[in-house]
Amino acid sequence: MAGFVALVAGRALSKRLVAWIGVGSVAASMVVTLLVAAGYFAHRPPNGVYSQTLWTWIRIGDFAPVIGLHLDALSLVMIVVVTVVAFLIHLFSSTHMENEEGYGRFFAYMNLFVSSMLILVLADNLLLLYLGWEGVGLCSYLLIGFWYRIPANGHAAMKAFIITRVGDAAMAVGLFLIFWSLGTLDISQISQRAPQQWPAGCGLAVAAAALLLGGAVGKSAQLPLQTWLPDAMAGPSPVSALIHAATMVTAGVYLIARMNALFALAPVVQGVIVVIGAATMLLAAFSALAQHDIKRVLAYSTISQIGYMFMALGIGAWGAAILHFASHAFFKALLFLAAGVVIQRLGDEHDMFRMGGLRKQLPLVFWTFLAGALSLSAALPILTAGSYSKDTILTLLHAVPGGKTALAAGLLGVIVTSIYTFRMVFLTFFGPAKMQAERTNRLPESIPLVLLALVAAFGGVAGLAGQNANWPGLVQFVQGGSSVAPAAGEAAISHVALGAIAASWLGLAIAAALYLRRRPAPAGETESALHRLLAAGWGFDALYDRLFVRPWLWIARVNRSDIVDSFYEAIGQATVALHGMMSGSQTGRTRQYATGVALGTILFIALMVLLRFWHS
Amino acid sequence: MTTVPMMHAMIVAAILLGLGLTGLLVRRNIMFTLLSIEIMLNGAGLAFIAAAAHWKQADGQVMYLFIITMAAVEVAVGLALVLQMYHHLRTLDLDAASSMKG
Repeated sequence: MAGFVALVAGRALSKRLVAWIGVGSVAASMVVTLLVAAGYFAHRPPNGVYSQTLWTWIRIGDFAPVIGLHLDALSLVMIVVVTVVAFLIHLFSSTHMENEEGYGRFFAYMNLFVSSMLILVLADNLLLLYLGWEGVGLCSYLLIGFWYRIPANGHAAMKAFIITRVGDAAMAVGLFLIFWSLGTLDISQISQRAPQQWPAGCGLAVAAAALLLGGAVGKSAQLPLQTWLPDAMAGPSPVSALIHAATMVTAGVYLIARMNALFALAPVVQGVIVVIGAATMLLAAFSALAQHDIKRVLAYSTISQIGYMFMALGIGAWGAAILHFASHAFFKALLFLAAGVVIQRLGDEHDMFRMGGLRKQLPLVFWTFLAGALSLSAALPILTAGSYSKDTILTLLHAVPGGKTALAAGLLGVIVTSIYTFRMVFLTFFGPAKMQAERTNRLPESIPLVLLALVAAFGGVAGLAGQNANWPGLVQFVQGGSSVAPAAGEAAISHVALGAIAASWLGLAIAAALYLRRRPAPAGETESALHRLLAAGWGFDALYDRLFVRPWLWIARVNRSDIVDSFYEAIGQATVALHGMMSGSQTGRTRQYATGVALGTILFIALMVLLRFWHS
Repeated sequence: MTTVPMMHAMIVAAILLGLGLTGLLVRRNIMFTLLSIEIMLNGAGLAFIAAAAHWKQADGQVMYLFIITMAAVEVAVGLALVLQMYHHLRTLDLDAASSMKG
């Protein structure tokens, strides 16, 4: 049942073979996953959990983490989404990346990523989860820097790695704290023991939850560690789609959902999560308004959407967060892939202001992109997957006491989301054509686009059609019918959802008024200060540069000849000097040696004689 | 038969040792170096003999036998080295063999 993790390790061979192995292994893991899912539904275990211990990893005293897999509703949803999206993106890449150098390397990294992600999701203890966590971080680094000959890409990769490392360090400390206090890293045991040992809101629980939150914030690019994601767009488009939109960045959401028992003990941290989510969501959405690069718009949009997930997590509605994760994975992967096609067909043009009129040139891409955009902006009532999950979150926000502010922020976010989404659509696909696109349709690229578009566009319909079984079921399926999951069927068409839809259309109208007719000059010198601030992502990069990077460089410069090193260097120099003296005595002249021996002997004898006289 | 006083024998031994040492340090020809070493060895041997005669102990004479054996061996090895040295350097000058200078 669990063997499919091992399937993904394809290494480079011939190009065609690489494609078959790379795509095939992920396809196989998808098939196995779907079979597992079918099996899960056919024979639901009594407590909703399958777990399988493969082998013991290491054993140190009573600390014996096992390599064990843990399959419950939450991880089942995750692996289904991850493998399906991963398969479609791999299929897409098989032709999209065809003319790239390092084709085999690309698929090797991608496969490694998928296997790490599956380890992360299926791990039954936090240590194994951390292994997968670092594995996806590594793959993210490798793939952002995929075009490693351009120095900027290398910098972006390092930035992503280092900033997520800040979060990872916090998470590692959190793990130590949990182990030190609870004596186990097994997730189900932690969930059992934590409520017994820690009273709600006690210091330890808050500290542990806050540290884990630090890890999640780093990985999911939330405030204040969000600055790496827009730069991560240096990687190839399929990478952005898979890692930086669909799967890896939502690992933080998964972590919090997985450890919900712990977070439930720390209401303070939950409040912080809501605030972080809302703040990140709004900041990123406004930043997206000012970007020129189509992929950076999508990156900020991803940060913003994960902000929604965090808001849902913060009120304990992690089922809704996972629901939004699933729909986001589909529509954002779709948007990235479509953007990737646009960029490639226009000969590596990222600037939206130089695009235009692509509606007629690339009709398939236009329609699929539109489906994704509608889903992202939640414009079509109920119909689109994104609309459905976002409305669920907003409704739940409305339902909790004191959620009104968060709800207002959420609605504002919907408006802004809609504006930047349709700004992107109008700039790219409408208006006069400014560049000639290369018109080629490649089947392995089109199929994933169409499939993802279908899911994005009609996921909500499927949800409504099977209200009791399908999408609303997902929330309860994941969360196991816990406290904050009201009847989502009615909720979806509540007044909140209507408000959200109205907000979305309002945003669409604003975007249409601003961008559909009037075409602003590309990359103007007339940009206002506000515009520059937004385009720079609220100046967080500059702030961190001042706060951390420059002092660090200053320390490095001052301490260039390391103080600690000087001691060891002195030892070395003394040795060299002594050696010089000693080797000077090695004249190679036998008679001088003999003289030395004779003098030494005389000296010794004289010493003996003198000592004898001394004593007597 | 008059006995030689030990002090006299010791003085002769010391003179022999000093002569040998001087020769060792002064002469550059390796043959003379070997000769000087022999002289020093004999000086040391004489001191042993004299001491043995003085204290009526056979140990000193046994030790002299060892010394003489060792001297023979040393000469054999030394002459072999001299041959090799001459073979390589075409000279018997000890100072010429200074390639081990550090």
